[in-house]
Amino acid sequence: MRLEPLTAPSIVRKVGFPIAALCGTVFIASMLAMLAGANPFSVLGLILKGAFGSQFALLETLNRATPLIFTGLAVAVAFRAKFWNIGAEAQLYAGALMTVLLGTGALPWPSIALLPLLALVAILAGALLLLVPAILKTRFGVDEVVTTLLFNFIFLLFISMLLEGPLKDPMGMGWPKSARLVQDARLPRIFESLRLHWGFGLALISAVGIWVIQTRSTLGYEMRAVGLNRQAAAFAGIPVNRVLLKTALLSGGLAALAGFSEVAGVKASLTLDLSPGYGYTGIIVAMLALLNPLGVVVAALFVAGIFVGADSMSRAANVPTYLADMMLAIALLLMVLAILLTRFRIVRD
Amino acid sequence: MTPSPVEALSLEGITKRFGALTANDAVSFSLREGEVVALLGENGAGKTTLMNILFGQYAADSGTVRVFGKTLPSGNSRAALDAGVGMVHQHFTLADNLTVQENITLGAEPLFRLRADRAGARQRILDLSEKYHLSVAPDARVGALTVGERQRVEILKALYRDVRILILDEPTAVLTPQEAEDLFTTLRLAIADGLSIIFISHKLHEVMAIADRVVVLRHGKVTGGVNTKETDKAALAALMMGTQTETPKVANASPGAPLLTLTNVTTRNKGSAPGLKDVTLSLKAGQIIGLAGVSGNGQAAIADVVGGTLAPTTGTLDIGGRKQGNWSPRIAVQNGIARIPEDRHKTGTISDFDLTENAILERYTDAEFSKSGWLNWRAARNFASEIIQKYDVRCPGPDTPIRLLSGGNMQKLILGRTLEANPNVILANQPVRGLDIGAVNYVHSQLLAARDRGAAVLLISEDLDEIMTLSDVVHVIYDGQLSPAFTRGQKSPAELGLWMAGQGYESEVRDAS
Amino acid sequence: MEIVEILFTASFWAAAIRIASPLIFATLGEVICERAGVLNLGIEGIMVAGAFAGWMAVYSGTGLWVGVGVAMVVGMLFGLLHSALTVPFGLSQHVVGLGVTLLATSSTYYAYRLALPEVTSPPKIVAFQPFEISLLSEIPIVGEALFSQTPLTYLAFISVAVVAFILYRTPLGLAVRAAGENPNAVAAQGLSVTAIRMGAVIFGSGLMAVGGAFLTMSAFDSFFFEMVNGRGWICIALVVFGSWRPGKALLGAVLFAAFDALQIRVQQTSIGTAVPYQIFLMMPYILSILALVMMSRRAEIPAALMVPFNKGER
Repeated sequence: MRLEPLTAPSIVRKVGFPIAALCGTVFIASMLAMLAGANPFSVLGLILKGAFGSQFALLETLNRATPLIFTGLAVAVAFRAKFWNIGAEAQLYAGALMTVLLGTGALPWPSIALLPLLALVAILAGALLLLVPAILKTRFGVDEVVTTLLFNFIFLLFISMLLEGPLKDPMGMGWPKSARLVQDARLPRIFESLRLHWGFGLALISAVGIWVIQTRSTLGYEMRAVGLNRQAAAFAGIPVNRVLLKTALLSGGLAALAGFSEVAGVKASLTLDLSPGYGYTGIIVAMLALLNPLGVVVAALFVAGIFVGADSMSRAANVPTYLADMMLAIALLLMVLAILLTRFRIVRD
Repeated sequence: MTPSPVEALSLEGITKRFGALTANDAVSFSLREGEVVALLGENGAGKTTLMNILFGQYAADSGTVRVFGKTLPSGNSRAALDAGVGMVHQHFTLADNLTVQENITLGAEPLFRLRADRAGARQRILDLSEKYHLSVAPDARVGALTVGERQRVEILKALYRDVRILILDEPTAVLTPQEAEDLFTTLRLAIADGLSIIFISHKLHEVMAIADRVVVLRHGKVTGGVNTKETDKAALAALMMGTQTETPKVANASPGAPLLTLTNVTTRNKGSAPGLKDVTLSLKAGQIIGLAGVSGNGQAAIADVVGGTLAPTTGTLDIGGRKQGNWSPRIAVQNGIARIPEDRHKTGTISDFDLTENAILERYTDAEFSKSGWLNWRAARNFASEIIQKYDVRCPGPDTPIRLLSGGNMQKLILGRTLEANPNVILANQPVRGLDIGAVNYVHSQLLAARDRGAAVLLISEDLDEIMTLSDVVHVIYDGQLSPAFTRGQKSPAELGLWMAGQGYESEVRDAS
Repeated sequence: MEIVEILFTASFWAAAIRIASPLIFATLGEVICERAGVLNLGIEGIMVAGAFAGWMAVYSGTGLWVGVGVAMVVGMLFGLLHSALTVPFGLSQHVVGLGVTLLATSSTYYAYRLALPEVTSPPKIVAFQPFEISLLSEIPIVGEALFSQTPLTYLAFISVAVVAFILYRTPLGLAVRAAGENPNAVAAQGLSVTAIRMGAVIFGSGLMAVGGAFLTMSAFDSFFFEMVNGRGWICIALVVFGSWRPGKALLGAVLFAAFDALQIRVQQTSIGTAVPYQIFLMMPYILSILALVMMSRRAEIPAALMVPFNKGER
């Protein structure tokens, strides 16, 4: 068999294959639910209801989507330039660490000054953390996939060390947990009556901002050129390494905002279970969004919905929550295949 | 050497379509044992596609291939090889990091055999290379070989498998005239052993020299078949091109001031490709400077230096008398150097970008197209539309991804985006490779027009005919060294061929000292 | 001084070899994949799946070697999935690899929860026991360290020799290497690049799963979450460190494991108690990165690694 590029793919192809991928995911998930002895229809119903069925559920989904939008954007920006940042998890913790370092009383500033500063410092920390693998790549040609992955392990151990050492909350009853943020370092709610903090607003603004950068700025143009064809970009005079470094800074900063938003908006302190793998899930979010910044918002809501829905489904139907992770992995693999088939035709020979 | 009456191969009604394009349209022809048939045709006539079908790399949409009376299954290289069909591809299919012997024996033995008879294989390779005058070292790494040696490995690959029919796709394109003669010697030895050969070319004199019979392809169809004894070059040319298209007339030019000068430039070797060795070259206004040579002898390095992607290790580079300290593609473009890269698909354009995005690729930072980091897409789109109109780029519009364009139209966009900046120096690296005759003439006439406007054109090509027709001055490059400048008509192709093979450089050095 | 003393004990080197064994299997598997031109980032998840599959099989009553076989088959199935997407379809090896890791990990956890819904601490199995090779195991230090291991460790060392022989001495190995250097050369000789690459990824993934199974069947006697803990990623680094050669990869794995074993022992010394234990746990990852930086310039990377092959495309 052979792949033949399509000059003008039909609309049926463009829409049909991605929809088929989603249907395929749901179908396989149903089979898996049956393996667990549950009724597939009720499992799917429970997931939907648990994710979007009530105001409480919906707010939970939006809150869960917030860090995923940030990490999804971080991955989307990096992958667009074919810079494989798999280290959003570590960058997230870098952002969270800075928020806790400066937000637990070190700076007696009012909220209006403190919050922007915390966000900025978080961005810087995440950016710098990713700069190391970026420099190793541009200088020494070290594959960034492995380095960013290994950084996740190193940085989590580093956080663990701090939480059991200098950052340990004396009031924490022996748990490895940091002190709580001062009230001025907490992100306020968007609406007083709703349990949704401004981190979500910041995530939406970031998504639009990244979209504008990618489509209108020279940097966005350079990042796309470098991602599509590094050789041609270099020949045309685009400073490829500098673009990769800028991409890394942007990507690391975005991932760090997820940590800032989780600490300042939700948890108020730093623990080792701050992120249940938001950094890794960001990869799925970005891929499902086809690396489009605005699509990231939609994909993050979808992914968050599956997680939140699976949590409540698991309690009701006694199906392990890992069903959610499996669904996402399957959705990811089927989606990349579907996207390929919107552009190529399979020819037998 | 008279061919036997046994039919070695017959193609019947081969048709192959790629989307809307019909590459082969009901092509039929046959080959007898011990016969050499030349497949003649312009670029894009469908020769390579046809041979890929014969060799089983493509499946034909219809038609049959018979080898010694047996029908070959469609799209199966293994079956073709087993039936005795071997192919020497234009772009060699060798693994650089493996040895000669490994490349030759690859796939020749059953895969799941535990013991490989390496000594036996080695002996067989040595025997074959002696018998057919194809000297290569079995243990050499292919990446370290010259182009000529690699071709010998390719031929040995086929002979090692006892092929009865050998397809050679443009085998002389990468050789010096002398190396081409050696190749012909090998082929004559093979014919004497009863091999049948299909020889793909568009060089008429070679076809006349080696082939018994010529089959002409045009626009995917067989338009004629003649015995070489009963024809001549002129008749073949007419058959090949149909109605004769106008080739641009080349008048002599009067050179002006030097616009770009390389003085004693040396660069590092890049893998197996040599760097430049003490090269001094002056590109003068109103002149086409041709750079001849066998590929892989430093052409890439000289193109990289002129184009800004490589800074000299030692030596200087000055533009209009000003010495250049920093050197990068962007500085080169800003200094009025237009660059037509060797590979328009991989380095010249970004396939998934549309025409607009590709049009501003080298100049998106200019005030015309962006201000303080924000792009002016309207200006960019207008620029692309202007090029499309002025340079006759056939496309649906400036928003079309460039990968959907034909090679000729892609090249026109590249020409347009560089020439619109009114460059002083034009670096044209293999500017017509793979283009059809119409596009070739268009590109050549644009280069000549630029010269007449007062630009300096550096033309790099492996096609000696192209170099000799267009250039006012010719240099030959060999192993990173540059020959003296030869004016138009000063040297014959055979004399240039000697330089291309590396003769003359030493005496040059001796004379100088 | 304490550190130097540690280096001359047989138990230290025995531990190093034990720690190296799963890495050897998995690195070898990755070498095969990458030699054929496919980066397999599914390695981490495939190791998790292998660890669970082998353990579960034995827990359900099969023999130990059957358990190893089951792990291998499970690994090969994930290899089939990976290669089906990356080879004929040419999809991004990064994305598919991470997807396979995620799928293998989550489906393992799902299966674990389905199989053992009620347990709080995972049950133990009777794992492979050390098997002393008489005479050889009596050689001081070297013999004691090498020849009183479990059979799976011996298998790891044998696998290195077998894979090296296949890669460098047989027509099949030549075809695999050629597929990773220039797939066009393979196709032009009438061989199927798709079949060779898929075969390599499937077989390599099987070895990775056996590496995972070593953890449950020869090291810990039990399966628990997060037990692979980045070992797969370390193996990716070891492949580069070993210049894509089985022998050098073995050396890298043992060296690496020696550092790891040393780190564990130093923790218990007077120096160790003064330094936070996390520093020691970081060392393997930091070492891997350093190894990558050191080797990146010299490494002879397969020329067609991560380059998809589409027949009839030039």
